[in-house]
Amino acid sequence: MTDRLSSSFPADRAALVTFVTAGDPTPADTGAILDALVEGGADIIELGMPFTDPMADGPSIQEADIRSLAAGTTTANIFNMAREFRQRHPDTPLVLMGYANPMTIRGSEWFANACVDAGVDAVICVDIPVEEDESLGDALRAKDVAVIRLATPTTDAERLPQILSNASGFLYYVSVAGITGQQQAAQASIEEAVARLKAGTDLPVAVGFGVRTPEQAADIARVADGVVVGSAIVEIVGEYGKDAAPHVRDYVKSLSDAIRVARHG
Amino acid sequence: MNDTPPNSFRNMPDDRGHFGEFGGRYVAETLMPLILDLEKQYRAAQADPAFEEEFNDLLQNYVGRPSPLYYAESLTEEVRKDAPEGKGAQIWFKRDELNHTGAHKINNCVGQILLAMRMGKTRIIAETGAGQHGVATATVCARFGLPCTIFMGATDVARQKPNLFRMKLLGAEVVPVTSGAATLKDAMNEALRDWVANVHDTFYIIGTAAGPHPYPELVRDFQSVIGKEARAQMLDRTGRLPDMLVAAIGGGSNAIGLFHPFLDDPDVKMLGIEAAGHGLDKEHAASLAGGGPGILHGNKTYLLQDEDGQITEAHSISAGLDYPGIGPEHSWLKESGRVDYDSATDTEALDAFQLLCRTEGIIPALEPSHAIAAVVREAVKMDRDQIILANLCGRGDKDIFTVAEALGTEI
Repeated sequence: MTDRLSSSFPADRAALVTFVTAGDPTPADTGAILDALVEGGADIIELGMPFTDPMADGPSIQEADIRSLAAGTTTANIFNMAREFRQRHPDTPLVLMGYANPMTIRGSEWFANACVDAGVDAVICVDIPVEEDESLGDALRAKDVAVIRLATPTTDAERLPQILSNASGFLYYVSVAGITGQQQAAQASIEEAVARLKAGTDLPVAVGFGVRTPEQAADIARVADGVVVGSAIVEIVGEYGKDAAPHVRDYVKSLSDAIRVARHG
Repeated sequence: MNDTPPNSFRNMPDDRGHFGEFGGRYVAETLMPLILDLEKQYRAAQADPAFEEEFNDLLQNYVGRPSPLYYAESLTEEVRKDAPEGKGAQIWFKRDELNHTGAHKINNCVGQILLAMRMGKTRIIAETGAGQHGVATATVCARFGLPCTIFMGATDVARQKPNLFRMKLLGAEVVPVTSGAATLKDAMNEALRDWVANVHDTFYIIGTAAGPHPYPELVRDFQSVIGKEARAQMLDRTGRLPDMLVAAIGGGSNAIGLFHPFLDDPDVKMLGIEAAGHGLDKEHAASLAGGGPGILHGNKTYLLQDEDGQITEAHSISAGLDYPGIGPEHSWLKESGRVDYDSATDTEALDAFQLLCRTEGIIPALEPSHAIAAVVREAVKMDRDQIILANLCGRGDKDIFTVAEALGTEI
C-alpha cells in the first residue's frame, strides 16, 4: 500500500497534498469533493476524521468538524467514503488524519483492519507522538499502513531521529508552531528546516500549515517534496456547502498549476 | 516517590508517565519537547531543597497553611438523629476552603508558578471551570508579576460572575470560549491551542491532576500537602487514622491530594464522589460511572464518549465538576480497587450544601457539597466510634447565585 504513496511524489516537481474534513457539510457530499480534489490535480488526499475536541486546529477546521458531526457523520461513514474513493481512484493515495480517541476507541487493530479494508494508505494522528506510538503505530505497520510522523519548529536535532524511527510514507513538516489555518512561516525558515530534515531521512518531506495562495504553494514547491493545503480548502467547503465541489476543483487547480511550473520559473 | 516499596500504591506513574494503562503524553509534536523539558525541570526542582523551602514558605505565609482539621460535631449529631442505634460516624473536615482565594486550587498554582519561573517562562495561561483555578492562577501571577490569560467557557462566565470579576481585579485577561458547550473542556482545548502557538515563552498552569505527563504527577504532588497535613493532624488529635476519606471529583485534584498520602494505609477506605448531575441515566459528569477509557487532553483516562470516541457533554450544577474526563491516577485507582467511586446528583449536592450551612455555619462550594452528600450517606452506616474525613475543598461564596436560582429565590 505504501507503494501507492511513495510513487505519488514525482521526481520533477513537488506533490500537492490536500486536506478536507470527512462528512462536511454532510457525509453525502464528501465523495464529490474528493473527486474535485483529484480533478484539480491533487496527488495525495488527506481525509480528516472529525472530532469533538480538535485541540490542534484553528477555527476553520473546528467549524468543519462541528458541521460534519452535526450532520451525523460516523466512523463507519468515513470508512465507506474511503472505500468508495478507492474504487473510483485506484491510484490516488488516501491518508486518514485525525485525533487519537476516534482512531483507538475500538482498539488499534480494529482501526488498522478497517484502513486495509477501505484502501487507506496511511494515517496521521495529531496527538499520538512517538512516545505513545504503541497505542496505534504497531497495529498499522503490521498491516502495512504507513504511519506518517510530524516534525515541527520545536523538533530539535536530538529528537529528530526518534521521530524518524518507524516513520513511513512521508514526513510532514508542520512549518508553524501553532494551530492549523493561521499564519504562514517565513520562506527562509522553511528552506532551512527542509534541508535539516532531508539530511536525516530519505522520506519525502511535505510542508504544511498556513499555505493559502498559489504563490505560497509554489515557493514551498521549490524546496520541498510536497505542499500540504488544508484550511483554505475547508473554508471553501464552509462557504459553498453542498455546491462546493466545482469551487474546490478550481482552487486546487490553481495550486496545482503553480506547483507544476514552480521549479521552472 | 522513589522511597516507597515496590508494592506501594504510591509509586505511580512509571517513567513514561503511565498509571497502568492510563496517563501518558498524548500531545501534538509541537508540545512534546516542552513537556519533556517540564519533566526534566520538575525533577531538578524536586531535588532542590530551595524549591521545597520556597513552596512551603508561600503555603504557610501566603496561602495560610496548614488548614485546620475540624470535627463537625453539630453535623455529626444531626446525622445520628436518622441513624440506626449505635451508628453515625464522627464527621471531620479538612478545611481547605479557608485557604487564600477560597479553595485548594492555590496549592497547585503556587507550585506551578515557581516551576514556570525556574524555566524562565514569562507568560502564564490557564483554563478554568468554576473560576477557582482561574482566580488562584491570577492571584499567583499578580504576586509574581507575570501576565496571565485565563480561558473560561462562555457558559461558565455567565454562571460564575463573581470569580470572573475577581480574576479581572487581579489583572488577568479572561477569554470567554464559545466552542462546544462552552464549559471547562472547551476552555482546556483553547488553552492548548494558545500554548502550541506560544511554546517558547508560555507556561500552562493546568488546574487539575490531568493532562499530559508530568502534569498529573506534579499537580498531585503539590496538592498532597492536603493529605500529609490531614494525616498528621488526625494522628495528633485522635491518635489514629480515619476510617474513610471522602472527596468530590471533577478532574480529581483535591481528591488525589487528600488520598495519596493515605494510599498505603490499608485500613483507610477512600471514596471519590463524581457529579451525577440530573442522574446517571440522564445528563451527568460521572466519567468513571458512565464512561469508558479513551484519550483526551494529553492523557488516557475514563471519558464520557460515544461509540465512535466523540466526547459527550458533561452536566453538573457545579461548574468545577462539569468535565467529561477525570485524572488518570483515579482511573488507575478505580481499576486497582484501592479507591471506591460513587456519585451525588445536583439535588443531593444542593441538600448537602444547605445542611452544612444550617448545622455548621459553613457555606461550602457546590463541588465539596457532592462529597458532603456522600458523607451523610456513609456516616449513618458506620459505627459511632468510626471517623469519616472529607475534604472541604472550597467555599461557597461564588455559588450563592447558582444556589439561589436552583432554589427559586431571588437575591
